[in-house]
Amino acid sequence: MISRRDLLKNTAKAVAGISVPLAALEILTPARVQALKTDKAVRWAFLVDTYKCVGCGLCVKACKNENEIPYDANVTRTWVERYVLTKDGRFFADSPKGARDGFISSKIDLGKGNYQDIKQEEIKKAFFVPKLCNQCENPPCVQVCPVGATYQAPDGVVLVDRTWCIGCGYCIMACPYGVRFFHPVHHTAEKCNFCYHRITKGMKSACVQACPFGARQIGNIKDPNDPVAKTITTERVGILKSEYGTKPQVYYIGLDEEVR
Amino acid sequence: MVHGEFWTVRELFVTPNEYIYWSVQIVMYPFMTGLVAGAFVLSSLYHVFGIKQLKDIARFALVFSFALLPAAPLPIILHLQHPFRGINNLMTPHFTSAIAAFGIVFSTYGAIVASELWFLYRKHFVEQSLYLKKRPDKTLGEKLMYFIYTVLTLGAYDVSEKALHKDEKAIKILAAIGIPVACFLHGYAGFIFGSVKANALWMTPLMPVIFIMSAVVSGIALCMLTYIVTMEFRKYFACRKQSPTYSPECREEIKSVEINVIRMTAKYLLFFLIFAISLELLDLIFRGYTAVKSWDVLRSVIYGKDFAAIFILQYGIGNLIPFILFLLPGMTIRRAIIGVLLVMFGVFMMRWNVVIGGQAFSLTFAGYMHYHLPIIPHNMETLKEGLFGAMGVFVSPFILFYFLTKIFPVFGLKESH
Repeated sequence: MISRRDLLKNTAKAVAGISVPLAALEILTPARVQALKTDKAVRWAFLVDTYKCVGCGLCVKACKNENEIPYDANVTRTWVERYVLTKDGRFFADSPKGARDGFISSKIDLGKGNYQDIKQEEIKKAFFVPKLCNQCENPPCVQVCPVGATYQAPDGVVLVDRTWCIGCGYCIMACPYGVRFFHPVHHTAEKCNFCYHRITKGMKSACVQACPFGARQIGNIKDPNDPVAKTITTERVGILKSEYGTKPQVYYIGLDEEVR
Repeated sequence: MVHGEFWTVRELFVTPNEYIYWSVQIVMYPFMTGLVAGAFVLSSLYHVFGIKQLKDIARFALVFSFALLPAAPLPIILHLQHPFRGINNLMTPHFTSAIAAFGIVFSTYGAIVASELWFLYRKHFVEQSLYLKKRPDKTLGEKLMYFIYTVLTLGAYDVSEKALHKDEKAIKILAAIGIPVACFLHGYAGFIFGSVKANALWMTPLMPVIFIMSAVVSGIALCMLTYIVTMEFRKYFACRKQSPTYSPECREEIKSVEINVIRMTAKYLLFFLIFAISLELLDLIFRGYTAVKSWDVLRSVIYGKDFAAIFILQYGIGNLIPFILFLLPGMTIRRAIIGVLLVMFGVFMMRWNVVIGGQAFSLTFAGYMHYHLPIIPHNMETLKEGLFGAMGVFVSPFILFYFLTKIFPVFGLKESH
């Protein structure tokens, strides 16, 4: 008969063996092997020319339709911000409904149903800044996901596994750019993924295609012949919130210090 | 409606996806884990450091911290958008995330508390099991208790002097390991917040330490409160004229024991309270002095929008008044009750001001968000993450404690370690 000491010993051994975390073992799916074998010289990057943006909001509309984000829900994968600086040094900015319908009123949305009318002659400068996921090289959202439901693809795009996300919201808290939210239907973390289903098939992302002014462009930063890569590497471009060390991959032309 | 939209009011420049995503249940989470850790630290003060004056409350605190255990993960599960997937956190932990360690830290801690409890009550289990075994014509309840106690002995019926001495040693070792683990359990809750670099209010390495200190404060306060309540009941039942233990001095006797324990415990409470407040103030002063980019918006939140919640409710009513109450000479039970209630309220407000206060301003540093706690629920979301959900979480350990004391009596054991 097994002694108590042996039982305890063997139990301890069994528990120790079982508790080798599954995470320590990497299971290679055929899709992953395929991805590793294929050309690794792809790194998606985005270029926004703020001089060209007029705040029409067609990009936001296109994104909502393409990615099935409920049209009237007050969340969006991409949005456009309006900045207005007055001659007496006041700062205003807004993005009503993420600029889904464009900026149809010159009044600034202050929230809580208040609006600020600014006279044309008071304005020092005013401009639009489109925003979307920065597909960071060092993404804090991926770092904090407790279950690994959000991850970075080999081409740099950060994706979310809707079947595995537990909806804790830690990634939403960790993103310094506010691009993440809970999908109103799936109740999982949701974000811009550069229209991954399109770009991996050689198409442009929906917002790029919808922009009538060419303010948005997407390209492969590792391809020296790519026009976007050329602009980013040879011209003066800026990034958002570099102080967080996230290494964002959305580059801006005409960035102002007031852009948040 | 989008998650968070119902209780968030936005003002000025807030980006479209920003809402208060972490609501009252995330306030409850560090509050409840704090109580767990604090209760355990209190019981360990006796078992490890041999502080004799705490002997009476130590056993009590241990059982209570066991009852509090399920209340730590409960608020997180209620907060999850997919509660049934919560288990993924244990199945596929992604260890770069602070939350992923929860399963490991929490179960380690749970195992320590459970085994310490077992060693502490082993003699009682054996006695009860043997007593009920001999008893003829057992009622259904007695049969059930016999079964529970027999299982709980785990087949170890040796209650010789030597074996009990070994138990005592085991308790001491477990309590000693338990202190750092309890601190880790809670310090790690602080780390979850402190490591969010995107949040200007949360990001500070002091966060885990502040959390531990206030955790111990709240845990001691809760133990004192529950101790007083149970002692009052005991006093009432033991000193009724019909009671067999009745004697004219009975009431006074229990009362003097009670006030002694409370006086002693209050000293430790004050000690940890001073640490907690000093660290919090250090953090505040440091932020003001260094005044980095985020300070403008933080200042407007701390000294403006949240002034009442921080300086009046948290520091004033929650810290300063109980501080004075405990320091004044001639402590009475009534004053102690008011004191510990205020202390617990203060710690709750501290959690509130960290969790909700950290989401009171936009990532743009140019807008604000206000949180309105849902009171009357009208759907699942407002029930779970509203007043009733939070109250449910708070009440659950007391209900559990009631049932646990049926098996682990906290008073009236002849011999105790």
